[in-house]
Amino acid sequence: MPRRKLLPTAFLLFGAVYCLLPVGWVLIAATKSRAELFTLDAFTPGSGFFGNLSELNAYRGGIFWHWMLNTALYAGVGALLSTLVSAVSGYALAVYRFRGRNLIFNLLIGGILVPSVVLAIPQYLLLAKVGLANTYWAVLLPGIVHPYSIYLARVYAAAAIPASILDAGRIDGAGEVRMLYRVSLPMMVPGLVTIFLFQFVAIWNNFLLPYIMLADDTKFPLTVGLYTLLVSGANQPALYTLVLTGSLLSIIPLIVLFLTMQRYWRTDLSSGAVKS
Amino acid sequence: MSTPAPRRDDRYGKGARAGRAGAVPYLFLAPAIVLFLLFFALPIGYTAYLSLRRTRVSGLGLGKGSRHEIFVGLDNYKDAITDAEFWRSWVRVLGYGTVVLTVMLGLALVFALILDSEAVRLARFGRISIFLPYAVPGVIASLMWGFLYLPSLSPIHQALHAVGVDDVNLLDPSILTFSLANIAVWGGTGFNMLVLYTALRATPRDYYEAARIDGASELQIAVRIKIPILLPSIVLTTIFSIIATMQVFTEPTTLRSISNTISSTWTPLMKVYRDAFVTGDLYSAAATSVIIAAISLIVSFGFLRAVRKRAFADEE
Repeated sequence: MPRRKLLPTAFLLFGAVYCLLPVGWVLIAATKSRAELFTLDAFTPGSGFFGNLSELNAYRGGIFWHWMLNTALYAGVGALLSTLVSAVSGYALAVYRFRGRNLIFNLLIGGILVPSVVLAIPQYLLLAKVGLANTYWAVLLPGIVHPYSIYLARVYAAAAIPASILDAGRIDGAGEVRMLYRVSLPMMVPGLVTIFLFQFVAIWNNFLLPYIMLADDTKFPLTVGLYTLLVSGANQPALYTLVLTGSLLSIIPLIVLFLTMQRYWRTDLSSGAVKS
Repeated sequence: MSTPAPRRDDRYGKGARAGRAGAVPYLFLAPAIVLFLLFFALPIGYTAYLSLRRTRVSGLGLGKGSRHEIFVGLDNYKDAITDAEFWRSWVRVLGYGTVVLTVMLGLALVFALILDSEAVRLARFGRISIFLPYAVPGVIASLMWGFLYLPSLSPIHQALHAVGVDDVNLLDPSILTFSLANIAVWGGTGFNMLVLYTALRATPRDYYEAARIDGASELQIAVRIKIPILLPSIVLTTIFSIIATMQVFTEPTTLRSISNTISSTWTPLMKVYRDAFVTGDLYSAAATSVIIAAISLIVSFGFLRAVRKRAFADEE
C-alpha cells in the first residue's frame, strides 16, 4: 500500500474496530454460561449459547419473543403509516400551489425542533384520558406524523416528478387522486424506501415513548423489555446472561436490514434545506 | 397565453391555478394536519396549561373533594429555576454535550472526508462498520457498554490490569461524563458520518479536479474545498445533535440499573420523568419540560444565528 493511503486507511480501520468491538463482545458473551461469564477471558467464547437461548425462551413463558413481535409490529406498521402520511403530504406540498401552503409547511417542519420530552408526557396524559394509554395505539399513533420525513418526502417529490407528466395526465382526464397513486407515488418509491427505513429504525430503537406509555409487559417492545429485565437483574447477576443473549438477538434483525438494504441508507440533509 | 412567465416553483401550478385542484391538496394534507394537531399542538398546549397549575389539598387531604387543581401563575417555573439540583443537572449535560458534540461530529467529519478521498482502502468495510451502531438501540448500547464498564466483566479492565493499572472504575462520578459520552459517540458517529458523506457524494467531482491539477494534496482539498462545501450540512447535524444531547435520558437511565453513581436527576429530562411518574407532580414536570424546550430552542437558534452568515452566505 502506498504511504499516502496508509494513515487514512489506518484511521478508518481504527473507527471500524471501535464500532465493531462491543458488538463482538456481546456476541461472545452470549455464548457463555452463567459461570463462564465471570470466569472466562472476555474474548474467549464459552459453551453456553444454546443453554442461554433455551433459558431466554423459557423466561416468563417466552415473553422475549412477544417483545420481539411487538417491536416488529410497532416498527413495521408505524413506519408504513408514517411513510404513507409523509408521502402524501410531501407530494401535496411539492406539487400544488394553494392558500396556506407555506404556513402549513412551516408549522409541520417546526415540529422538528420540539423536544420529544415536551410531547411524550402530555401525550400519555391525553391518551390516558381517552382510555388509550397502555395500548398498542399509544405507541403507534404519536409517531405517525414525523416532520423530518414530510420534509424529505417533499424534497423527493419535487426532484422525482416532472410537471409535464402531471399535465399530460390531466389532459388525459385522470383525476388528482388517481394520478397520485398511479403516477406520482410509484415515482417516489426509492425516496419512500429511505424514509421507511429511517422511521423503522427510529421506532425500533425508541425507548422513552413506550417506556412512558406502557405498563403491561406483554405490550413492551424489546428496548423496554430488556431494560426491565436488566433492572430486575440488578441484584441477581444470574439474569445478566439472559440480558446479553436478548441484546444480541434484538440487534440481529436491524443488522440484517442494514446489510440487505444498503443502497437506500443515504440521507441528504442539505440539498433542499438551504436552497428552498 | 398572456400570463407572465411562471416563477420557478410555479412549474406545477397549472392545475391549481385553473382551480381544478381545489380542495385536493387540503385533502392530501388532512391526515398529517389532524395528527399534528392531536399529537403535537394539543400536547404542547396541555403542557403549557399544566405548568401554570398545581394541586391544592384542603382540610386533611382525605376524601374525594379535598384535592383540587388551582391556577398558580408562574410558581412552578419559579420553583424549577430556584432548584439548585436542576442547574447542576444542566452543568452535567453541558459537560457531557461538549464532549459528545466535539468528538462525535469531529470523528464523523474526518471519517466522511476519508471515505470521500481517493486515498483510502477498505472504504466499504469501514463505512458499514462505523454505521452499524446506528442499528443498536440506545438501551442496548448502554447495556453493552455498561457491562464493558463493569469491573467484574470488562475486557477494558482486563487490559488495564495487564498493564498494571488496577483501581479504575469507569462508572466513578469523576469519569462518568466521559463513559456516558462514549456511548453517544459510539452510537451517533455513523449516522452523522453518513449525512456528511452523502452531501460530499452529491458534489460534482470536477469541483476538485482543478485543484488537483494545480497540485493540491488530498488534505488541502479536504480543508479548503470540501469543508466549506459541507458547512450547511455540518450546521444541521450540529443542531440535531444539540437537541438530542439536551434530552439525554436513555443512556444514564439504563446505566443507573447497574451502577449507583448516577442520581435520578442526573440530566434535566430525568428530573422531568421523576417528577411526573415517581413523585407524581405533573405540574412541576410540565414547567420543567417547558424550560428544557425553551433552552433547546434558544441554543439551537442561537447557534444557527451565530453561524448562519458563514455557512449559508453563498447559498442565497
